[in-house]
Amino acid sequence: MKAAILRFPGTNCEFDTNYALKRLGFETQIVWHKEEKLPKCDIVVIPGGFSYGDYLRSGAIARFSPIMKAVEAYAKKGGYVLGICNGFQILTEANLLPGALKRNTNLHFISKFQHIKVASNKNRFLSKCKVGEILYVPVAHADGNYFIDEEGLDDLIRNDQILVQYCDKNGEFFDLNGSVNYIAGICNKEKNVFGLMPHPERAIEEVLGSVDGNKMLEGFLAC
Amino acid sequence: MSQQLENIDEILKAHKLSKLDYAHIKEILGREPNLVEIGIFSAMWSEHCSYKSSKKYLSGFPTKAPWVIQGPGENAGVIDIGDGMAAVFKMESHNHPSYIEPFQGAATGVGGILRDIFTMGARPVANLNSLRFGDIDGNSETNRYLRHLVRGVVDGIGSYGNCMGIPTVGGEMSFESCYNGNILVNAFSLGLAKADEIFYAKAEGVGNPVIYVGSKTGRDGLGGAVMSSDSFTEESKKLRPTVQVGDPFTEKLLLEACLELFKTDYVIGIQDMGAAGLTSSSFEMAGRSGSGMRMYLDKVPAREERMTPYEFMLSESQERMLICAKKGSEDKVIEIFKKWDLDAEVIGEVTDTGRMELFWHGEKVADIPVAPVSEEAPVLDRPIKEPSYLKEIKTINLEPIKAKSNQEIFEKLIHSLDVVDKSWVYSQYDYTVQTNTQKAPGSLDASVIRVKENGKALALSSDCNPRYCYIDPKKGAALAVVESGRNVAMTGARPLAITDCLNYGNPENPEVMWQFAKGCEGIKEACSALNTPVVSGNVSLYNETNGESIFPTPSIAMVGLNESQERVLHSKFKNEGDIIVLLGKTKGEYGGSLLLKEMQNEIRGEISDIDYEKELKLWDFIIKANEQGLLESAKDLNIGGLAIALYKVCAISNMGCNVKTSLKDLELFDESQSRAIVSLKEENLEKVLNLANELGIEAEVIGKTESNKITINDITIDLEKAKDIYFNTFKKVIEQDL
Repeated sequence: MKAAILRFPGTNCEFDTNYALKRLGFETQIVWHKEEKLPKCDIVVIPGGFSYGDYLRSGAIARFSPIMKAVEAYAKKGGYVLGICNGFQILTEANLLPGALKRNTNLHFISKFQHIKVASNKNRFLSKCKVGEILYVPVAHADGNYFIDEEGLDDLIRNDQILVQYCDKNGEFFDLNGSVNYIAGICNKEKNVFGLMPHPERAIEEVLGSVDGNKMLEGFLAC
Repeated sequence: MSQQLENIDEILKAHKLSKLDYAHIKEILGREPNLVEIGIFSAMWSEHCSYKSSKKYLSGFPTKAPWVIQGPGENAGVIDIGDGMAAVFKMESHNHPSYIEPFQGAATGVGGILRDIFTMGARPVANLNSLRFGDIDGNSETNRYLRHLVRGVVDGIGSYGNCMGIPTVGGEMSFESCYNGNILVNAFSLGLAKADEIFYAKAEGVGNPVIYVGSKTGRDGLGGAVMSSDSFTEESKKLRPTVQVGDPFTEKLLLEACLELFKTDYVIGIQDMGAAGLTSSSFEMAGRSGSGMRMYLDKVPAREERMTPYEFMLSESQERMLICAKKGSEDKVIEIFKKWDLDAEVIGEVTDTGRMELFWHGEKVADIPVAPVSEEAPVLDRPIKEPSYLKEIKTINLEPIKAKSNQEIFEKLIHSLDVVDKSWVYSQYDYTVQTNTQKAPGSLDASVIRVKENGKALALSSDCNPRYCYIDPKKGAALAVVESGRNVAMTGARPLAITDCLNYGNPENPEVMWQFAKGCEGIKEACSALNTPVVSGNVSLYNETNGESIFPTPSIAMVGLNESQERVLHSKFKNEGDIIVLLGKTKGEYGGSLLLKEMQNEIRGEISDIDYEKELKLWDFIIKANEQGLLESAKDLNIGGLAIALYKVCAISNMGCNVKTSLKDLELFDESQSRAIVSLKEENLEKVLNLANELGIEAEVIGKTESNKITINDITIDLEKAKDIYFNTFKKVIEQDL
């Protein structure tokens, strides 16, 4: 299982993602954003961070990096793409995922361990999780307030595209940042492009407080 | 090049130089200085850069131990943490800028300390901060401005550290009226490097190129070092343009480019451009190596038009570095920075003249011998005098408090802003990035990060109790060292070394200078007794507004090593029904206590002698008992004593306790040192008590953990209510006007 991890100027989770995937048995390669071609790989991961300092709008500049043309082509051909945090923002800016990520409603950066509930496992990413399962994973973002219009939301629901939603420890939905329908992560209609605000790569060892992230990332291993 | 400047008196005044300094400068140069040279002398001899008032007292700090690789004098201190790895750390103040412009002031404080760390070849892996504010609750203009400052400072720290991808894993925040006109923002950072791949600030080898990298130079921060070396008045808010503007994105690029450069063998030395910018970096690099340097200022990348040599030398634009590289490697060095879209220009070369020669389009605009400016800056022996207030605050009267019930006292103390949880603050800091954080902010006592490279863990804690320092400047400073060490030991780590950030008032006031001298004595005494040397630090003087100095505030950050990341001890209770044991002796200490402050609005009393041996035994006990797996949790006792420690631990554990102790009445709030509470499984009780006995530590079984209620002798509170107060009070106060 080969993963290509993209690195933009300002990306800061590329090494964490690399470490987490390697521990799970992925072969990994970090790819500089000025490259025009992707290496041979089974999945492209766009990690978190502040690509281009989040200037203008989170992800808005990175989507124009040379590597993104290759990622778009790769996704169109059905290749798996996972965007975490800033990676999710870049994917919405690149129109590979629907909707947009706005400033959190409290206007602050929000950093904490957060409960999320699995909304659908009929996709590669969460294939190892159960529907309704509660996971405990860190969030760390200023722009995680997911927005989509009503029509778009209906599509997401109809096509089972909502991956995870914010909740409390008992599974009750929780309004973390203003996201429509408590959405923490989604995929595209074809279920090969995934984006989420929480950081599964930060919940991979007991010493860090949770191992729930492994269960999520492992879904891709069977590719 | 030089001619007598007109209106020299005004120029000297504007540069905060005395007539005596002027005579000294003329003697060094053998002629009249020009304006560029006056600017350089002014910056280099400012308190901020030269440590002229403090040097005398800093010289005796203990700085050596077998694990110390680099002590004070470099960009940061370095200690050995085993298996070829080293921890590089330092703390620095950014007080004045943060009061004038909280967001940028605090942000660039973080940016500055980060550059100090990665300049040495280390990747920063953890940040802490130590923040002091005044009266943030209330409706006066001062209260409202202080809330604005808290919000701005927190936002600034978060925005910089988060963007850089460096976790802010802990810190402390406290409140005293003395900070109303002069807040303190101290930022700490720690990085990891291979022990044999540390880089230093030097410039040697005649003909080697001096390369400027990073952001372009603008006029921002012009004269910042000089501004920071003066007292505050209402006029100071006008100094806003002297505050630098930070760009964490550029710094992130600079970090990655520098780390890429360090993998090559092109670098002779490197120094960040912090206070006094290009001036201090070039003089310090040349000074440390006994070299000279020639720089062509017209080659410096400029952000603004028509900048002058004077401005280039004194700008404090952020995110810049000066590199001395091997001759012939220029193109390769520049190529690395171009990859990261950063400016990189050869702006000069190393010479053997011992002089700094500056050129502007071919014309020499300054020529100064390096040593007298950098290494032989004037050292002052300022007058000292014991402050008169000390005699008036020795006695305390507890009778009015004794008339109140413990329940009433407890309910007042648990609302104190010094006590309650600060998640409003730390949830704005990314503390999980880099996937090393084992003990996060809000978990009490020290923070812990694991070290992926060697399986060990580092514990970090920054501490200072300004009330103790006010009533006893020497013991208060010593206790800051003691408490930071104790917090580290509570996680099972062995305290190894400290960095300090010494915040004091106006050194021209003999009473303040006395406080400073005593503070240094206290740090020396404690660091020697505890075998935790000082490896780096920073002094911030002139923390005074309209003649009112702050309490002495020597912030201490301790770093300790836990041999196994699998055995990190936490502060929170784990299981219902575990036994709680109180360790150490309660002696009747109320000087500078939270009790006096909250109940009588008084900061007075005395501090009894510090028993370092006892303290070390307590550390030994926790470390040994933890190694043997005997403990479930440990928490030291500090402000508010046993009652407040139990309250905090219960709140974060979501668990109550049922405690009956032999401590009577106000002793529940006593602040005696060298004490802790531990929780353990009943089956380990005998072993724990035996070990305590062996080490000569008093141990009293005081109760058990239980589900929903906190009971401590005659105090009782519902756990849910306690949690509500603990977790929600701060947010209510800080957001009251939003």
